[in-house]
Amino acid sequence: MKLRRDVFQAIADPTRRAIITLVAVNAMTPTAIAENFGSSRQTISKHIQILTECEILKQEQKGREIYYQLNPNGMKEIAEFIEPFRKMWDDRFNRLETLMKKQHKI
Amino acid sequence: MESKTKITAEVGKQEIVINRNFELPVELLFKAYEESGIIEQWMGTKVLHLEPKTNGSYLFETTDPHGNKHRFRGVIHEFQKNERIIRTFEMESNGFGVQLEIYAFEKLTENTSRLRQQMIYQSVTLRDENLKLPFAQGINWAHNRLEEIISRRK
Repeated sequence: MKLRRDVFQAIADPTRRAIITLVAVNAMTPTAIAENFGSSRQTISKHIQILTECEILKQEQKGREIYYQLNPNGMKEIAEFIEPFRKMWDDRFNRLETLMKKQHKI
Repeated sequence: MESKTKITAEVGKQEIVINRNFELPVELLFKAYEESGIIEQWMGTKVLHLEPKTNGSYLFETTDPHGNKHRFRGVIHEFQKNERIIRTFEMESNGFGVQLEIYAFEKLTENTSRLRQQMIYQSVTLRDENLKLPFAQGINWAHNRLEEIISRRK
């Protein structure tokens, strides 16, 4: 089994989070994305590559240019990471509710 | 059935917010945070120490499936009956740092109430590590079960 890149690791980096915020508004070319940062074009390309591998961004060819945009499925995967955490709290609160309802009757 | 517990964990923020509505009067919901015997039952922990008041503190202990004991503790900054608890939370010796927890209790009707639990971490990275802990454990357990099945087939 091939190990997937960690989505959380991908979004832990502040530059990558800024890229996500940028392309969430508009699909952008790598050049347009890089113009927003002080880092080199190469550094930004690396960040874009990681985000694409994690399927948080997806490419779209428009004429001669490649545009990057947010991949809603990738973001959904982040929600799936959260699900076990949510379930853990949900189970705890369900126990609390059942227990206190019983107390109420006594 | 739709789940009653909602989690908000925005990308790049160092907090997690949990919202939950209860079919309980707010007084009963609050009691579940006030009495050691009740906390032990729903949290599945031992309460070694609990002083539920402003400037109070607590020390709880859980035992994992391997029999290892984990202690977590904190100070209670504010304890307002049926309204609010502000406390720190730290798991001893797991390196996840300390977090600030704000519990807001709200009466909805005579028999229903709402809890808003805000947890603020020292950094975005630590927040994310905490958030994916149950996910990672789930994978580990699945992996252990898989190993068990494979070893039994040998």
